[in-house]
Amino acid sequence: MHGVVQYIQSYLESNQTPGAAGNFFWATVYILLVFVGLSVAVIAMNWLERKILAHMQVRLGPMRVGPHGLLQPIADALKLLLKEDIIPAEADKIVFWVAPFIVVLAAFTVFVVVPFGPTHAITDMNIGILFMLGVSSLSVLGIVTAGWASNSHYPLIGALRSSAQMVSYEVAMGLAVVSVILMTSLNEASTGTLSMIGIVQAQQAQQQWFVFKFFPLGLIGFFIFAVAMVAETNRAPFDLPEAESELTAGFHTEYSGFRWSLFFLAEYSAMIAVSSIAVTLWLGGWLRPFPNALQGSTWELVFSLIPGLAFLFLAAMTFYSTVRMPKHPLFRVQTIGLAGFGALLGLIGLILFIPGVRMRVQDIFWFSAKVAGFMYLYIWYRGTFPRYRFDQLMKVGWKVLLPTGLALLILTAVVAMRSELLADVRGVWHP
Amino acid sequence: MNPAALPTNPPVATPFFFYLLAAVMIIGGILVITRKNAVHSAMALITTLLAQAALYLMLYAPFVAGVQIILYAGGIMVLFLFVIMLISIERTEKERQFNKQWLVGIAAAAALGGLFIAVYTTTTSGRTLFPEGKLTFAEGDNTQRIAGLLFDRATGTYMFAFEIASLLLLVAIIGAVVMAKKRI
Repeated sequence: MHGVVQYIQSYLESNQTPGAAGNFFWATVYILLVFVGLSVAVIAMNWLERKILAHMQVRLGPMRVGPHGLLQPIADALKLLLKEDIIPAEADKIVFWVAPFIVVLAAFTVFVVVPFGPTHAITDMNIGILFMLGVSSLSVLGIVTAGWASNSHYPLIGALRSSAQMVSYEVAMGLAVVSVILMTSLNEASTGTLSMIGIVQAQQAQQQWFVFKFFPLGLIGFFIFAVAMVAETNRAPFDLPEAESELTAGFHTEYSGFRWSLFFLAEYSAMIAVSSIAVTLWLGGWLRPFPNALQGSTWELVFSLIPGLAFLFLAAMTFYSTVRMPKHPLFRVQTIGLAGFGALLGLIGLILFIPGVRMRVQDIFWFSAKVAGFMYLYIWYRGTFPRYRFDQLMKVGWKVLLPTGLALLILTAVVAMRSELLADVRGVWHP
Repeated sequence: MNPAALPTNPPVATPFFFYLLAAVMIIGGILVITRKNAVHSAMALITTLLAQAALYLMLYAPFVAGVQIILYAGGIMVLFLFVIMLISIERTEKERQFNKQWLVGIAAAAALGGLFIAVYTTTTSGRTLFPEGKLTFAEGDNTQRIAGLLFDRATGTYMFAFEIASLLLLVAIIGAVVMAKKRI
């Protein structure tokens, strides 16, 4: 018993990721935390997307289930679980059954290396970013097989479109990522790294987020990635694989109930995964804003209070909505529920003020806040951009992003190695 | 703290995992040739390739494993599936599955079996086909070491071979374009 407690405690002093420390207990805890956190994020994202889209289109969005429709995603999840699960008679049963699991597995496995903080990752791999790109590219297999196994026209066309799109944008995405990996090779140790934690630490050592590195090269790379990642996750304006007006629902037309919800879960967790890649590679990962300009213990304190303050702000907004609820007796339950939700947010905010919690959690907060910014962008794109035509999509991928990515890669390499190149040239001309 | 006092992690490269992955690979390989439906074969092949990537991880070569997943499981197999899905499954189900080349098959199997036996036999003078390998645990900087072998000015011995291989691929791509498009 004592040995078990010591085994659990020993990790807390080790200052490593659970994977690096080789601690099975904490690795399991982290995996469960990431899984639960992701599921909650997907549920929240579902509600937020409908609300924000509705407000962009001057509608109210879900209002019936719970105060301001807060319980709508839970009602939806229940509906999906209770719905009849239909497998088409002519479908290829085994492949139809396996496909959603491939997609979900690929979408969740990538979170093994996502660094929420210097020690808050399940593990740190030597090949971190390569692993993320590789495993997330496996989800294409799930989509293709899902479309084929349905044995129906719309899903097949959707799957073909989806795989063509994902394979083409992966190329541009890879080039943008490689330009960042070149930038990491300029840290003190002067060796590059593919490890996700290493990439953020390189930005810390160079005192610069990679978006601003070699201006405007970093910015261009970030832009290429930001476009490619929308196409990679099949989201608007590149959501041709599931274009409702043409293909009903694309590759998951024949899926219903629980299996459909697996596709939904995978789509949203893939969105979070690519956003975390973008945040890690270009936006400094868990680093707080202005770590150099605003240094010192005072600024440290101010920035460490922000997570708590953010939650208190949310709580205050919720209480404001509570006051504005209709005073009709029928709305009493909803008003109490909303007040309870506000109290929960406020409690989280207060817990985040405790010094021990504050210091441990603030990197997770900054990482999540940056990812949340990307998630808002996704909704914003969907609300504002019209859908691309397929030939336009391919043109953007192959004729705009790919050449730009190649030029960017060469330019980054030249700028990064300029002193060595100059030395070589001098060595040749003035021996 | 001196390194000796650090708790050592249990090694991943245990015989259990090796036999598990080897079994997955062999079963996958058998399924590839016995399934009549080409999509099922392709999926079995993907399983085999993923198990092979895991074997590379067991050999403390994460970079090779990652490249294996990206290139084979993620890239090539997607294109395979892409092509297979467009051919008619009904016709392939009726076709002969094996071309009954018993003689050549037996010869190839015997050659491969002989190679396996040769690898594991030691002659009376103590010589083996392969020298005794020395295991170095370089998992932490596997990528950097591969880069060093390929590109480093002092230690890079495979640069030329690497570039020649990529040139070969380029030739293949140009050849495919020329064959597919008469007028460019």
